[in-house]
Amino acid sequence: MAEKVGVYVCHCGSNIAGKVNVEEVAKWAGENLQDVAVSRDYKFMCSSLGQKMIEDDIRGEGLTRVVVAACSPHLHEKTFRRACTNAGLNPYLLDMTNIREHCSWVHRDMDSATLKAKSLVSAAVSRVKFQEPLEPTYVDVNPATLVIGGGIAGLQATLELADAGYHVYLVERSPSIGGHMAQFDKTFPTLDCSACILTPKMSEAGQHENVTLLTYSEIESVKGSVGNFEVKVRKKARRVDYDACTGCGICIEKCPRKVVDTEFEAGLGFRKAIYTPFPQAVPRVPVIDADSCIWFQRQKCRACEKLCPTDAIKFDQEDETLTLNVGNIILATGWKPFECRDIPQYGYGRLANVYTSLEFERLCNAAGPTNGKIVLRDGKTEPQSVAIIHCVGSRDVRHNEYCSGICCMASLKFGHLVLEKTKANVYSFYIDMRTNQKGYEEFYQRLLEEGMHFVRGKVSEITDAARMPNEQGKLIIQCEDTLMGRQRRIPVDMVVLMGALEPQSDAKEMGLKCGISCSMQGFFTERHPKLDPVATMTDGIFVAGACQGPKDIPASVAQGAAAAARVQGMITKGKVMVEPVVAKINEEACSGCRICNNICPYNAIEYDAERGVSHIITALCKGCGTCVSACPASVISGAHFSDQQIDAEIEGVLWDVIRPKSAVVSAN
Amino acid sequence: MSSASGAATAAGTKPKLAIYWAASCGGCEISILGIDTKILDVAAAFELVMCPCIMDGKVRDIEQLEDGAIAVCLFNGSIRNSEQEYMAQLLRRKSKVLVAFGSCAHEGCIPGLANLHDKQAIFENSYQETESTENPQRVRPQTATTVPEGTLHLPVFYDTVRTLDQTVDVDYYLPGCPPESPKIWEAIQAIVAGNLPPKGTVIGSDTTVCDDCKRIRNVKKVKQFKRTWEIIPDPEICLLEQGLLCCGIATRAGCGALCPQVNSPCIGCYGPNNDVHDFGARLMSAVASVIDADNPKDINAIISQGIPDPVGTFYRFGLAGSLLRRSKRPAGSDGGH
Ligand SMILES: Cc1cc2nc3c(=O)[nH]c(=O)nc-3n(C[C@H](O)[C@H](O)[C@H](O)COP(=O)(O)OP(=O)(O)OC[C@H]3O[C@@H](n4cnc5c(N)ncnc54)[C@H](O)[C@@H]3O)c2cc1C
Ligand code: SF4
Ligand code: SF4
Ligand code: SF4
Ligand code: SF4
Repeated sequence: MAEKVGVYVCHCGSNIAGKVNVEEVAKWAGENLQDVAVSRDYKFMCSSLGQKMIEDDIRGEGLTRVVVAACSPHLHEKTFRRACTNAGLNPYLLDMTNIREHCSWVHRDMDSATLKAKSLVSAAVSRVKFQEPLEPTYVDVNPATLVIGGGIAGLQATLELADAGYHVYLVERSPSIGGHMAQFDKTFPTLDCSACILTPKMSEAGQHENVTLLTYSEIESVKGSVGNFEVKVRKKARRVDYDACTGCGICIEKCPRKVVDTEFEAGLGFRKAIYTPFPQAVPRVPVIDADSCIWFQRQKCRACEKLCPTDAIKFDQEDETLTLNVGNIILATGWKPFECRDIPQYGYGRLANVYTSLEFERLCNAAGPTNGKIVLRDGKTEPQSVAIIHCVGSRDVRHNEYCSGICCMASLKFGHLVLEKTKANVYSFYIDMRTNQKGYEEFYQRLLEEGMHFVRGKVSEITDAARMPNEQGKLIIQCEDTLMGRQRRIPVDMVVLMGALEPQSDAKEMGLKCGISCSMQGFFTERHPKLDPVATMTDGIFVAGACQGPKDIPASVAQGAAAAARVQGMITKGKVMVEPVVAKINEEACSGCRICNNICPYNAIEYDAERGVSHIITALCKGCGTCVSACPASVISGAHFSDQQIDAEIEGVLWDVIRPKSAVVSAN
Repeated sequence: MSSASGAATAAGTKPKLAIYWAASCGGCEISILGIDTKILDVAAAFELVMCPCIMDGKVRDIEQLEDGAIAVCLFNGSIRNSEQEYMAQLLRRKSKVLVAFGSCAHEGCIPGLANLHDKQAIFENSYQETESTENPQRVRPQTATTVPEGTLHLPVFYDTVRTLDQTVDVDYYLPGCPPESPKIWEAIQAIVAGNLPPKGTVIGSDTTVCDDCKRIRNVKKVKQFKRTWEIIPDPEICLLEQGLLCCGIATRAGCGALCPQVNSPCIGCYGPNNDVHDFGARLMSAVASVIDADNPKDINAIISQGIPDPVGTFYRFGLAGSLLRRSKRPAGSDGGH
């Protein structure tokens, strides 16, 4: 039986009609394309009237297929599928073709654009006839959630969900939660004490009845899909019994081994071989770092074990793997600092008094290695002048093209702290001052008033090679002052490099595990940059905080809360639809070559060794088509994207150039 | 094979069989003879009206037959010149069932690799450049040459080799270079019994060589492709996993995995499986999916070092029948004829 196709061409106001002769396309389709029973154009197909038009035709004309030529299916496929369903037509018998983004918006010439729109409609009409009715399935959503990363973004998400009554597993790779914020002294623009606002949240998360805290742990693998993920977590051996330890700290005090703390103290301070990163760490249970522990290195000592009042030290503890079942996952893995050594002309690592921004945070911090005194590397001399260099590794084609967003404000914060704590002159070397959030510009004005010096221009070099007497023993900042229009050399005692916020070095791997992608720079890609900033292209996986792009604390917190709200929405709904657009293996014809076995980005393919064939776990398949194109025997077919449908589409698009089929048929 | 002999009718009224060769090596005929004493059953069932390899026969005898007089024609060889094209058209007209027999007729096979060049380049090479050629007058084959006795004709040599179905309508395909004798016998039995699949069917299995291969298979990850002379492969484990580019993954089963059985990778002579548009593209896509590297530099190195002749590897048998058919044609060529 021939199909009856309805074609609906949308004007989208003037968005499409401005460049495509919509009436002509509709008329042409009705007169020229085979099996088209109805062909109409309409101002706004997505409006309720437009939808009703389709529904009426399905009922009245007995349409068996529907083609909507309008905007992107990302935007309105759901709308038109719903219209089909309302009128009793299986929603997968609809094809949407994009004559806006793919046509009117990218062309200037009306005639050519109209011709292209015809080709696209022709392709859709040919294709839709081969589409098959499909039935979605529904699965229950596991109400537990996994949050990866215990920085401020992850903490916020955790607490929102836990307070709403849902269970959260919070997995943090370092020994304590808190993230970078725990290292800071004050926070811009209000200058409230970072610890004062962060630690209450940390301890709340640590004690919450709905939170399972898994610190010093790593994600091994993520399987499954929205509603039902199975996650393997490796709890690294702390070598301290988590339940027995009371966090008294005697072990830390008595441990004879002191090492430079390159993490929390950014290399400026020391810690013991058994340690918590900082006194307010959550949990307070320490970890033994086997690489520096005397027992692990030389089989001597065990002082901590002897002195622990609760016998909590367990030298033989091993890594443990846990399996978590959750319905949704929030990634909040944050950022890592730019490696300032990569700009050798700034001298970091070579010139003693050049500091990274995190080192400087520790210097300012009252609980830091200098008790908050801003002094040079010698540990006692107060600087008389400090230079703060913006955009180190940011807005620089050789490193990161993007703006790290927070460095201007952090520089101003540092300027304020120097002026408050010392008598030094402070210079900010900036390219553009970016202070565009609430209270930020005011903070800049405040620093102008406080007497911070601003030099607009990119620093070309920091050197200790003096040319003038006043440069002796100083660090000289060589830069072009673009406001004065001349080169300047400014001698200072101390330099702070405001390194870029970069994606975590394992972000790509992490993304791969969760089935989401990263931008060119390596930050996780959100579903939509404006309209869906915390969801990702993989249902059930959300992102929050600096792992999605550089951002400040308020924005990280907002995203953490937004992600939690999205997850709550999923939990409340209770069930998720699983798209029936999946791949299927013709197991009779599968040779069991195993080519497809490790290419599925969702781990949906397994090998049945007994029968010697591969098999797709439908619940996991996202219909991406990777395996379909990889199978050398062509025995995997993708529902809704069959070869037949795609061939028909290609033939349709080539309607004006294709030669009529000759008597000769090609076998392959 | 009682059904075939049972279907045989008295001489004279026996159905007519023609076996013809165009651009081919003769291996297909040898393979037909490989059915051994069963050839007697064939003789009992059919009247052989043409088979230039083993018997004398005149084109004019075929021309005089009524259209459709031949029951079955097994046509091997691809179409490279005007005479072959004429014979393909003639046999098509005279035969009820035309079978593209063997890889050359089916997908172009080794003669089809000439589609990487054109007529002029091929003539230049064959009649001028080879070490053993001495041709100072630059003599080239001519389609017509006048001699005292009259005019001599040679067929027109085309730029492009075509498969049989790019030339005439084909009913069935029997793949292989050459088709394996047991498969030929199965096909003949089916024809005799009138037990024919739908037109256009490739007579064979609908899975690939791996299905018949006894080697142990693991998840595939290839870090380096190797040429056959570079290693002595482990006899138990899949050759592809050992870095030998075995085409068995993409090649239609039918031969019984002959090559991998003797430690040699399948080179793809049975052509693509059902529903494959382009064997080479399929195979490339599959091979690409198992390369174990994650940056373009390493991937390029693995491919360029391990697969020095991609066309010869992926399109050894299928170039003429592939989607692209040939390399870009120089201006002024004969347009495929
Ligand atoms: C020098 C400096 C000063 C700043 N000052 C301010 C300020 O004053 N005010 C302000 O608003 N913003 C400030 N910022 C910005 C602020 O640091 C970020 O906005 C904030 O850290 C983002 O929080 P987050 O939770 O997204 O990431 P992070 O703080 O980076 O936390 C991420 C957490 O995830 C963990 N993690 C990472 N990978 C994994 C993994 N694979 N598995 C498990 N856990 C993982 C990390 O260990 C970490 O605990 C400053 C930034 C800099 C560089
Ligand atoms: S289409 Fe294939 S590769 Fe893609 S998700 Fe499904 S099974 Fe995996
Ligand atoms: S690639 Fe194709 S033939 Fe090979 S195992 Fe997978 S489904 Fe089977
Ligand atoms: S050796 Fe070749 S035919 Fe055998 S399993 Fe491996 S790829 Fe397949
Ligand atoms: S293994 Fe491959 S190349 Fe060898 S005979 Fe079989 S199909 Fe042909």
